[in-house]
Amino acid sequence: MLDLLIPLILIGTSVFALYKKQDVYSCLLEGGKEGLKLLFSIAPALVMLLTAVHMLRDSGAIALLSSFCSPVTSLLGIPSETLPLLLIRPFSGSAALAVGADLITSYGPDSLIGRTAAIMLGSTETTFYTISVYFGAAGIRNTRYAVPAALMADLTGFVVASLCARVF
Amino acid sequence: MMGIVWTCMLILSLFSAILQKKTGILTTACLAGARSAVELCLSLAGALCLWSGLSKLMERAGLTEKLGRLLRPIFRKLFPQSAKDPLTMGYLTSNVSANLLGLGNAATPTGIAAVKRMKQLSGRTEANDEMCRLIIMNTASIQLLPTTVASIRASCGAAAPFDILPSVWLTSLCSLTIGLLAAKLLRRFYA
Repeated sequence: MLDLLIPLILIGTSVFALYKKQDVYSCLLEGGKEGLKLLFSIAPALVMLLTAVHMLRDSGAIALLSSFCSPVTSLLGIPSETLPLLLIRPFSGSAALAVGADLITSYGPDSLIGRTAAIMLGSTETTFYTISVYFGAAGIRNTRYAVPAALMADLTGFVVASLCARVF
Repeated sequence: MMGIVWTCMLILSLFSAILQKKTGILTTACLAGARSAVELCLSLAGALCLWSGLSKLMERAGLTEKLGRLLRPIFRKLFPQSAKDPLTMGYLTSNVSANLLGLGNAATPTGIAAVKRMKQLSGRTEANDEMCRLIIMNTASIQLLPTTVASIRASCGAAAPFDILPSVWLTSLCSLTIGLLAAKLLRRFYA
């Protein structure tokens, strides 16, 4: 079922769009161009951040931080190696992508750490960024309980992601 | 903001390298990091291009709208106040369905429009319960297909890049539920 999911989505969308009399091919090209533009625009951020991440990792700073926090993370069932991802995730999307990609490549995509990082990356969002953009643009001054509730949801996400990686 | 984070990361690694006598590694590390970012971009480019193309097609063919219509009953429960206003409802449904389909670019403007309209209707500058609920629905990242993560996994040689899907769905669902419950509890402490 899961094997056919992506091909079926590609086919299904194209057939539906043809039926809706859309210019399927030029839509695909137009969107593709936007995608590459997006990638091009985040590329410098990824270079800066991955440089910092590599320096942090190779200098042993991440290992030091992870072992320092391991009593807390092990209590929550979160692998301590994913700690940098947890810390950066609510603040910056490209930084989280950089840290997550580094974890997935260095531990392997099918390793426990790699899978945990992938699930975390796929199921969480940049909380502070979202709140500041949505409320900032709309002129909401008092955010009330939005931040604590959203962070509670993030923490749940990290714990459940670690659990899922171990169980499935 | 990110300037402070970046500088702190570098200072932290310098201290750590000196402490653990690994100073020789730092220069190679920063060059290797820069290179790996370009490798990451190249490995993402194909999938991102393909997926953005498909996203555009979904949007143009009206799939976002269709999904929004399917979600309406749930929205009436979650946003009883906003449901009375068709305009807010339209923004809300297109925001959440764009998020579900992974169209981040389309989700942000409609989300902002929804909050703006809610503020206009309430006439106050503090977030009401329904705005907080919308934020939680956005930050819990209810995404049906996390394509970026899957393409990173694919580029690293994962056996089945999308086999994390059930876990991602379950995780998002749990964090959304806990987020909404937390909102219900916390509401009492904020006047």
